[in-house]
Amino acid sequence: MNMLKGAKGFWSSIVLAVVFGIAMQFLITGEIINFFYVNTLYFIGINIILAASLHLIIGITGQFSIGHAGFLAVGAYASAIITMKLELPFVLGLVAGGVAAAIAGLIIGIPTLRLKGDYLAIATLGFGEIVRIVFLNIEYVGGASGMTVTQLTTWPWLFGSILLTLLVIRNFTNSTHGRACISVRENEIAADAMGINTTYYKVVAFAIGAFFAGVAGALYAHNFFIIQPTNFGFLKSFDILIFVVLGGLGSMSGAVLAAILLTIVSTFLQSYPELRMIIYSLVLIIMMLYRPQGIMGTRELTSFFKFGKSAKGGVNDGSKNTVA
Amino acid sequence: MEFLQQLVNGVSLGSIYALIALGYTMVYGIVKLINFAHGDVFMVGAFIGFYSITILDLGFFPSLLISMVTCAILGVLIERIAYKPLRNATRIAALITAIGVSLLIEYGVIYVRGAQPEAYPGDLIPATSIDFLGVKVSSQSLMILGTSVVLMVLLQFIVHKTKIGKAMRAVSYDMDAARLMGINVNNTISATFAIGSALAGAAGVAFGMYYTKIEPLMGIIPGLKAFVAAVLGGIGIIPGAMVGGLLLGVIESLVSAAGFSLWRDGVAFVVLILILIFRPAGLFGKNVREKV
Amino acid sequence: MAVKTPLLKVNNAGIRFGGLKAVSDVNLELKQGELVGLIGPNGAGKTTFFNLLTGVYVPTEGSIELDGDKLNGLAPYKITKKGISRTFQNIRLFNELSVLDNVKVAYHSLAKHSIMSSIFRLPKHFSEEKYMEEKAVEFLKIFNLDNVMHETAKNLPYGQQRRLEIARALAANPKLLLLDEPAAGMNPQETEELMNLIALIRKRFDLTILLIEHDMLLVMGVCERIYVLDHGQLIAEGTPEQIRNNPKVIEAYLGEEVS
Repeated sequence: MNMLKGAKGFWSSIVLAVVFGIAMQFLITGEIINFFYVNTLYFIGINIILAASLHLIIGITGQFSIGHAGFLAVGAYASAIITMKLELPFVLGLVAGGVAAAIAGLIIGIPTLRLKGDYLAIATLGFGEIVRIVFLNIEYVGGASGMTVTQLTTWPWLFGSILLTLLVIRNFTNSTHGRACISVRENEIAADAMGINTTYYKVVAFAIGAFFAGVAGALYAHNFFIIQPTNFGFLKSFDILIFVVLGGLGSMSGAVLAAILLTIVSTFLQSYPELRMIIYSLVLIIMMLYRPQGIMGTRELTSFFKFGKSAKGGVNDGSKNTVA
Repeated sequence: MEFLQQLVNGVSLGSIYALIALGYTMVYGIVKLINFAHGDVFMVGAFIGFYSITILDLGFFPSLLISMVTCAILGVLIERIAYKPLRNATRIAALITAIGVSLLIEYGVIYVRGAQPEAYPGDLIPATSIDFLGVKVSSQSLMILGTSVVLMVLLQFIVHKTKIGKAMRAVSYDMDAARLMGINVNNTISATFAIGSALAGAAGVAFGMYYTKIEPLMGIIPGLKAFVAAVLGGIGIIPGAMVGGLLLGVIESLVSAAGFSLWRDGVAFVVLILILIFRPAGLFGKNVREKV
Repeated sequence: MAVKTPLLKVNNAGIRFGGLKAVSDVNLELKQGELVGLIGPNGAGKTTFFNLLTGVYVPTEGSIELDGDKLNGLAPYKITKKGISRTFQNIRLFNELSVLDNVKVAYHSLAKHSIMSSIFRLPKHFSEEKYMEEKAVEFLKIFNLDNVMHETAKNLPYGQQRRLEIARALAANPKLLLLDEPAAGMNPQETEELMNLIALIRKRFDLTILLIEHDMLLVMGVCERIYVLDHGQLIAEGTPEQIRNNPKVIEAYLGEEVS
């Protein structure tokens, strides 16, 4: 229904996004926005990718994974090995980061995804910690002191990655495969009874989510000059989890919005780290007490511009949501 | 002999894990919540004990008692303010709140007193050690083990022989049925938090005495590991938490002894994942299946 | 008339949980096109038997065959693809999805395009999504649900939720439909509508139906044959008339009303 019209809106939003990306590039190269803001922008971009990738696992497929920093770490280290040790180009590092994290996602996902709820959460948390400890013990990547990485992340790479991430996840969600994932979230037993291979779709969502977390890891590693195992502890996993929950479980635009807002807030509170964490935790608690469905609930941003019907769960029709 | 020595160290460490694990397991058993803030109650307990000893100039046992009482109150406050309104909310909302409370306690403590570590005084109890079959057992180890055993026996007594224990078991079995039978569910849940937190407080003091160094983020890793211990024994099962804690302590010490001390922190999580995959109900648990 | 192989053949099937025999020695045959009832007192093992048929539980003894294919040990989604579909005693819809999408999930096995073609929006994605959408809309019309197809499933009234669950099960294109207490919680008027619906779907789709029900009026009214389960074992089989007069059945229901 309205396939053509939907496709039109979709392409125009991509064009709009690309125009925005090019404009930002001019602002950055022309040094119109200063270094501090550019840095914040990079932070925001990486967090958007992380938020969207975890949204696919938790928000769409309903698999409560709280070890996402593990995939970030795998991507960061894999890409750093490619560029620093093997001296290959950055683009290969990006791809390798994603692929390595996706493989890690398969390795951890296949045995653990038959666990449910709290047990899955704890298993993934344990996995995240194991990844950190493994890197801590590998001398080749510098052990506890970490690895120095050249700054290679630039705005075009970052922006391209964000666009690709959001597009892929959106397209996946709004398809029969995405519906299969949502049916697993809604009622796994019924999904199974409707002929959905639930294990397959859980693992697929996990692997795609891990892939993009790995890409984010590659961008992260090549933006901060140094990566250390301590950067990827479970506090980092919680940060990503908070984007998804505060944004509204099941809403990609919510997760993206929360990633943007929270990154800005924490950047401005950077000089007061304790205060930042106190405010952060209070926001979390108060939010859960008074608006547990998050900022957006399961709605997408685009549903506010439509009258009559809303886009719940983001999958009403094959092509109605814009990219962001 | 080295092996036996490590075994003794493992048991001391394990009894600290067991004390924390008990709180996790009791709370999970009754409200099905992974109380992430529990490790931070343990940290607060360690600091209360430290200040009682250094500022109030008290001995080990009075400090232990003060720490336990303070933590019990803290536990009840956390439950009443943050968790109680969420009793019918989704599991995710409850878990996120628990994470929030945990961060709030950690950074609240840092905000109030700074992030610098403190050292427990070493002369709290006479620093002698007993030689037993060639194994050196320090007086601290004995004290920790003794305290843990006494507290665990006391807990078993409370759970099985007292009215509140009976209420706790009833509520964890079926909250609605318990309410219909006239049990005050809210008070029972608060009592569970109080007892669990008091045990964590005791574990905090024991930890400080054994490892000397305490700091505001000290609760995170032992807290997670104690949770692993609770899962290992079968979450919701009290004897399971005790055995799980001791077992985890011993496994960790043996791994260190085998020369892999850097991997020590990883072992707990490997154990966790293995147990979740092969026996998710834990060593003492029964498998329950979802009703279709 | 030549002897046709039965659609469903259950041989000595049973399951034990630990030491407890939940269901044992069940022998049952359904012929193509039959509408058969499965009744029994509470806790007799009726739903457990459904769970054996659909692969939620794996039988510890005996065998289950559909059209000559052995089903033992297959995952539930594979059994659905072989042609058994079901509803649940406690309704299990995809609550946050629209009515239309609930049906589309059941059409998932129709879609042959890969994940990659969805991600990169290849022509196959559009053509198949369009096909599923049109098919689902047509399908909902049969059930009088087309006027609420954009509603979120959880917002439907109870009777419509039951109807949607049956529609969704049928959309999976089964040879054998299992209905687990479809009339539970319905008032007499809704039950009447349900009976009409069952008659309608039998006529429209070439179906065999096995139905668990407590509402005797409905069972006796629509079923051609009835099996009675008690304490995990079949104690009787026959036409509604035979079942009504069977002393074993009356004994099993002692204290419960057989009208």
